[in-house]
Amino acid sequence: MTHSDAMNCEEALRLLAEFLDGELHGAEHAHVQHHLETCRSCYSRSEFERRLKAQLGQMGREDVRPSFEQHIRQLITQFTASPAKPSSDA
Amino acid sequence: MVTVDQSDTASWFEQAVLGVLPNLVAAARRLTRNATDAEDLVAEAVAKAWLGLPSLKDRNRFRGWIFRILTNEFLAQRRAPRLESDVLPDEMSEFSIFEQLHQPFLLWWSNPEKEFLDKLLREDLVRAIDRVPETFRVAVILADVHGLSYQEIADAVGVPIGTVRSRLARGRSLLQKALWQHARDAGVRTQPKDRDVT
Repeated sequence: MTHSDAMNCEEALRLLAEFLDGELHGAEHAHVQHHLETCRSCYSRSEFERRLKAQLGQMGREDVRPSFEQHIRQLITQFTASPAKPSSDA
Repeated sequence: MVTVDQSDTASWFEQAVLGVLPNLVAAARRLTRNATDAEDLVAEAVAKAWLGLPSLKDRNRFRGWIFRILTNEFLAQRRAPRLESDVLPDEMSEFSIFEQLHQPFLLWWSNPEKEFLDKLLREDLVRAIDRVPETFRVAVILADVHGLSYQEIADAVGVPIGTVRSRLARGRSLLQKALWQHARDAGVRTQPKDRDVT
């Protein structure tokens, strides 16, 4: 990466959310990555946001009550027996 | 009479639904903030998914597809009673816990912001998410809790990607503000700047 490609903190922080969300590609991704490897303050910010996002990601599953799972199974069984079935080439 | 193809489709559908059921329940719980409403929402989404199954061209995309149905159903149920603006005048400035806590001369692993995260419980996050207004909560839940892409969220909510970006930015700011406030109330917050949230 050349000096002229270097990204400053303001730009890096502006793109940080998209970087952590996996929405940056190509040169922009590389520039943010390089900045985080060379700027302690932005790296710390990045680590904080990444860990908070990871903790939120751990909330993506919840225990399903057995009776509710059974209800869903019965619902699907009813669908399959009903005349309003979707076409099988879905 | 159920044909072999229909039976295969039904069997595949059941396995696909059961495979993501804990995820759907989690999403619905955070969207509705109510266990009973959440189960009703999931059941309704599963019914709509079955009826709409012919529109699913790639079964590998089932997860994003059924999340879209769940979100659409939630928004359709909520749209009638109230509409929330994307703009909250008193919430325009970004709030960052990191900026409240960061001490630049400390290394990351000894910093108060790391300590703050270490002390957070799932319950703290649940309470904070539940306090975020619906428009922004939906974006944060889909992106951060369930890992949907911006495009998947845009499709689910029916807005442009730029709107997803701005809702996420505001939603995350509001979430951090709610977390900070809750942490202060619960005595979780560590230090060093004893600022009140206004």
